[in-house]
Amino acid sequence: MRLNNILLMGNPNVGKSAIFSRLTGVKVIISNYPGTTVEFTQGKMKLGEETAMIIDVPGTYTLEPTSKAEEVAVEMLKQGDVVINIVDATNLERNLYLTLQLLEKDVPVIVALNMWDDTKHCGINIDVKRLEEYLGVPVVPTCGLTGEGIKELITRLPEAKTPKLQISSDTQRWEMIGKIIEAVQRLTHRHHTLLERLEDISIKPLTGLLTALAVLYSSFWAIRFIGENLIGYVIEPLFERIWLPLVMKLSVVLGEGSFLHNILIGNLIEGKIDFGQSFGLLTTGLFVPIGMVLPYIFSFYLVLGLLEDFGYLPRLAVLVDNFMHHLGLHGYAIIPLMLGLGCNVPGALATRILEERREKFIAATLMAIAVPCMAQIAMIVGLVGQRGGRYVIIVFSTLFIILVIKGLILNKVLKGVSPEILIEIPPYRIPQITAVIKKLWMRLFSFLREAIPFVLLGVFFVNMLHTLKIIDFLAIIFAPVLTSLWGLPKEAISALIVGFLRKDVAVGMLGPLNLTTKQLVIGSTILAVYFPCIATFVVLIRELGIKDMLKITFIMITVALLIGVILNFILH
Amino acid sequence: MIIDLTQMQPGESGVIMEICGGYGLMRRVQSMGIRTGKKITKVSSHFWRGPQTVEIDNLQIAISFGMARRILVRVGK
Repeated sequence: MRLNNILLMGNPNVGKSAIFSRLTGVKVIISNYPGTTVEFTQGKMKLGEETAMIIDVPGTYTLEPTSKAEEVAVEMLKQGDVVINIVDATNLERNLYLTLQLLEKDVPVIVALNMWDDTKHCGINIDVKRLEEYLGVPVVPTCGLTGEGIKELITRLPEAKTPKLQISSDTQRWEMIGKIIEAVQRLTHRHHTLLERLEDISIKPLTGLLTALAVLYSSFWAIRFIGENLIGYVIEPLFERIWLPLVMKLSVVLGEGSFLHNILIGNLIEGKIDFGQSFGLLTTGLFVPIGMVLPYIFSFYLVLGLLEDFGYLPRLAVLVDNFMHHLGLHGYAIIPLMLGLGCNVPGALATRILEERREKFIAATLMAIAVPCMAQIAMIVGLVGQRGGRYVIIVFSTLFIILVIKGLILNKVLKGVSPEILIEIPPYRIPQITAVIKKLWMRLFSFLREAIPFVLLGVFFVNMLHTLKIIDFLAIIFAPVLTSLWGLPKEAISALIVGFLRKDVAVGMLGPLNLTTKQLVIGSTILAVYFPCIATFVVLIRELGIKDMLKITFIMITVALLIGVILNFILH
Repeated sequence: MIIDLTQMQPGESGVIMEICGGYGLMRRVQSMGIRTGKKITKVSSHFWRGPQTVEIDNLQIAISFGMARRILVRVGK
């Protein structure tokens, strides 16, 4: 049997990614909610002498897809030499539906009975031998998080069989499942655990709302607390005491005003390097991503990771479902929006968990316009925050109001209705510290890998435009919009240009312009709204197509124009 | 007594008798484990015709008010 392409398939949230990670050593994002994996990921595994390709397929309930993520799954099936069907042992009955569908196909299958460790305290007894007899393929109990059973899964992989079950209808399938369950599964009584009480509290309407407020408030507080302290006690001292003397020496060597000095160090402010305002590659170019943004990326993803692994997000989705319907979405759209707060790129990808095109379009538009990423948030907090906390609040409430109004309008204008919610709510699980740290590290690493080159490119680009006097030219052309409509100095055009590359640098560029507080608020808001960064833009084109993206771009420019004028008019 | 899912009280259990809907709805709810003959327990229902949460086997599922109204359940004796 050829074993070049091994597919991991199963229902959402059964632990496919955890097993994938065990088999290949490739690090992937694992969370406790259905739809974490929306794109297939592949990795290699040694199988005896040969190397096999393992593919982590997005979760699907059936082989008749209902969302983009499920479509991907079904499409992948054609390329598989063997399928490892991951089954949630605590939900055998429902999981077997997909198993039977797979067993009807012309592909060898082996079943991994995952979350095996959970069956014990759930009071579930499964007779693995008999299940094997009924299905006609090997069944191996596993636990992806601890690695239990993975070895056996690998050794028994060549035993995978193709029973090609002859089943003609759904009714027949369910009948067969009923028979199997009766024969192999025994449930014993068990007591309610503390986690289950918490589950109850957070899903009942009244206590659920209170829980949500408490969770969101403490998350917000924790993100701020960790971020601020990291900057104050770790990052800033490092930059001031170690990095500053080094670049000061370099500045002297290069000589102020020389071309290299302009590119690497930037301008000296009153004879000194100012990491926020000098705008050289080695000064502001490093300080923005590492000194100002990274600490908040760290604290945000730490808190998000804990919420994800605990299993809180689907519950939040249920609570906000009603509100989201007014915006043309259903509750589960809160997941792409929340991921977008970290970085809009994974947020845009996560819109795949939404079933319909209209919904995807609305979610993507709202995110691109009104959900600033953490890099941008950190810069706004850092820069606007210097003028007083209430100005930060003005910026973010403006964005929130835009989100709501935009959603209300799109919901009215676009044909169709918001689809209805139907999601499974995973049990709470205590997050594993190692898993949380692993995920945090992956996200930090991908931030550093993607942000630093772009930030440096952005800073370099601005310096070139300044040196070549192109900025002055553009400033004159766009002056009417900038000065008369938005009340900004015409030099702000350079921030808008860099905003295409990176939003954090763009916000940082407002710093040296000596803006009034009002101008700073208007500038930061417009930078958040007028265009997503290039990385998000590219992903959105891929997800939605050029035509829809042009529509979104048009909406963004209109909103940016309007909001600038409105803020200019009402703020003092 | 046969009522629909939205009319069940939190904590109340029953047996699913019928799912009134087209092929698409049937397929979606069935794949989540909501099928005729299954025992179902209502967990909570959210304000203003919000989602209904139910428990089937060991799994909690949130289902919209509209879909829940099409699921008929026999409760009581």
